[in-house]
Amino acid sequence: MKEMLRAAFVIARRDFAAVVLSRTFIFFLLGPLFPILIGMAFGGLGSRISSTDLRPVVGLAMPPADAARMEQAEARLGERMAAQTLPVLRRVPLSPAPDVQLANANADVMVIVSGSLMRPIMTGQPDDIRRLEGDISLIASAALAERSLHLVHVEPQPVSTSIGAQTQGRLIIGRIAQIVIFFLTLLLAGMILSNLVEEKTNKIIEILAAAVPVDAIFLGKLMAMLAMSFVGILFWGSTAFAAFLAIKGPDTSIPEPAIGWPLFLMLGLIYFAMAYTLLGSLFIGIGAQAATVREVQTLNMPITMGQMLIFFFATYAVDKMGSPPEIAAIILPFSSPFAMIARAAQVDTLWPHLLAIIWQMIWVGLIIRVGVLLFRRHVLKSGGGWWKQLFRNATG
Amino acid sequence: MIGDTPASSATYAVQGHGLVKTFGDFRAVDGIDIAVPAGSIHGILGPNGAGKTTLLRTLLGIIDPDEGHRSLLGDPAPLRQARNVGYLPEERGLYPSMKAFEAVAFMGALRGLPLKTGRQRARAMLEDYGMGASAEKPIRQLSKGMAQTVQLFGTIVHEPRLIVLDEPFSGLDAFNQGKLEALIRDQARRGVTVLFSTHVIAHAERLCERVAIVAGGRIRFDGTVAQARDRLRPQVRLRTRLSDGHWRRALPAETLAEDGAWHFALPEEGIEPLLRALLDGNAGIESLSIERPGLHDAFVAIAGEAAARQMRQDQTRVEEEA
Repeated sequence: MKEMLRAAFVIARRDFAAVVLSRTFIFFLLGPLFPILIGMAFGGLGSRISSTDLRPVVGLAMPPADAARMEQAEARLGERMAAQTLPVLRRVPLSPAPDVQLANANADVMVIVSGSLMRPIMTGQPDDIRRLEGDISLIASAALAERSLHLVHVEPQPVSTSIGAQTQGRLIIGRIAQIVIFFLTLLLAGMILSNLVEEKTNKIIEILAAAVPVDAIFLGKLMAMLAMSFVGILFWGSTAFAAFLAIKGPDTSIPEPAIGWPLFLMLGLIYFAMAYTLLGSLFIGIGAQAATVREVQTLNMPITMGQMLIFFFATYAVDKMGSPPEIAAIILPFSSPFAMIARAAQVDTLWPHLLAIIWQMIWVGLIIRVGVLLFRRHVLKSGGGWWKQLFRNATG
Repeated sequence: MIGDTPASSATYAVQGHGLVKTFGDFRAVDGIDIAVPAGSIHGILGPNGAGKTTLLRTLLGIIDPDEGHRSLLGDPAPLRQARNVGYLPEERGLYPSMKAFEAVAFMGALRGLPLKTGRQRARAMLEDYGMGASAEKPIRQLSKGMAQTVQLFGTIVHEPRLIVLDEPFSGLDAFNQGKLEALIRDQARRGVTVLFSTHVIAHAERLCERVAIVAGGRIRFDGTVAQARDRLRPQVRLRTRLSDGHWRRALPAETLAEDGAWHFALPEEGIEPLLRALLDGNAGIESLSIERPGLHDAFVAIAGEAAARQMRQDQTRVEEEA
């Protein structure tokens, strides 16, 4: 075992250095930031487009006093409701008649509301009327109510703890942690698929296979890619944390996971490593069968779909702690890390994590072993029966 | 097995008994027994497709045999002896972006040599070989011959007790082939066992103390080069002034007349009775030569003319490619 780990470390060191010291690694680090920057740019543009151009504009052809009260009511409702929920109100002349104004070539309102607050009349195409009559009715009702009713004052009664709020917060943390681990795994584990292609195309595989157990080759490659992922995560995590502090400030209060932040972050890293090595060991086994990069690319799609399926299964159980689906998600090795990180956010018992990590490690070993078996049989064309190969000594 | 029977694993660096390896219906290795004495230079000779590479890969533990047993340096688990073994595969392979000295050190590290020591030795080896200027260059910038040398250094940098070379001379020019032969001899002088495969008989003849002749997945001969050559009787070439006379009766029955000379295998009773008959019959001896057969002749006799023909074709093709 010691010799195998030593050999795996030699392979890992070579792979890690080859990747991290290459120029393309800079693009790897910056890569995930591009979509965020593009998303922010397009998000800003998008919100400007939706706030200025996409809200329907309603013309008000009402007496000035009524029009003013409609505008005040719209502003007051707008403060409490989600942005861009209500239409934009714009005053239009009282004459000519609304239907004539709408037929004008320069008309820039969708419908026109005339009449009075008590009896507003909406002129427009049937579909537009159906879409907007509820909003106009609400605004008019609020405008009328403000004449006789005042906004009810809510008296605050603060408490130091609210289990309900804590539960909700922890559920959210669990979900976010699952999503983060899933995306990192999706982003990084796929690279393992093509990991042995270099050795096969450059004919190095025979030198490796003659010197060290194939298990050590697989393990070393996993170790290298995991270490490379940690470099990436450190970089992206630091960037995200700096951005968070810049946007939200250091005093922002965020809910605490059940086991506390330090332990939660540590378990987060461990479960990422487990999710990564579980999928990675599968990927390296599958990728090792591929002779060319093209074959690897073909395998990519079904594998990504499989990952999605596992993730959805794990997220399904996130708010059902202790339920059969959650237990099943914990037992199923590929969904286990996702289910367990959600559990760490919501339940403070620690021993299940130890069991889960051991369970996941057993599966990593088993999957590597099966991958090695397939590699020896189909790539190296080595002999021997399935069972003999599965349980053979690595140095056999 | 033809040749010696293994006495103990201590005296044999490599042993294989009843090794069988099939690919589908094809028996690449068909019941091979082999024993390579420790400290010897042992050649595996055979045409392409004879099963040499499969045999080496089986002995090294890269692939498992379907049947039979093997041991490397007395260990039935070949990879456990990886630190004591160096292997140069037939298909050369190096990481193109790796620097030459790093590649040598990496191959040593795979077999347990500390990286720092490996780097020091790699630089020294490349320097001694006249490749010091290329030590820092990535493999992709080296010529094919230089890259091959780097790989060879990677095979011996950890000072193994056994070196296995699969077709080590292929792709090398005559100058580098000579250097490689010197290197193999040097390793053998240090007590290292060298096992190499080749389809070029001349290399085996010059280097090997022992050869195993493989054809059709089987070992047809395993023994010293002298033993292989001794399997054939020396060839006599006689040229006489007269073409006929009573003395002709003294020539062996299988004598061939070719280019005005007589060719025949040296009779078991020796050359003296024939000489006496020639002198008594006044045959007029113009020339008489007795030649010991070469390894090639022995190979032809052992492996069969068909295998020899294939080897000649292989060799011609390799030379044409070179």
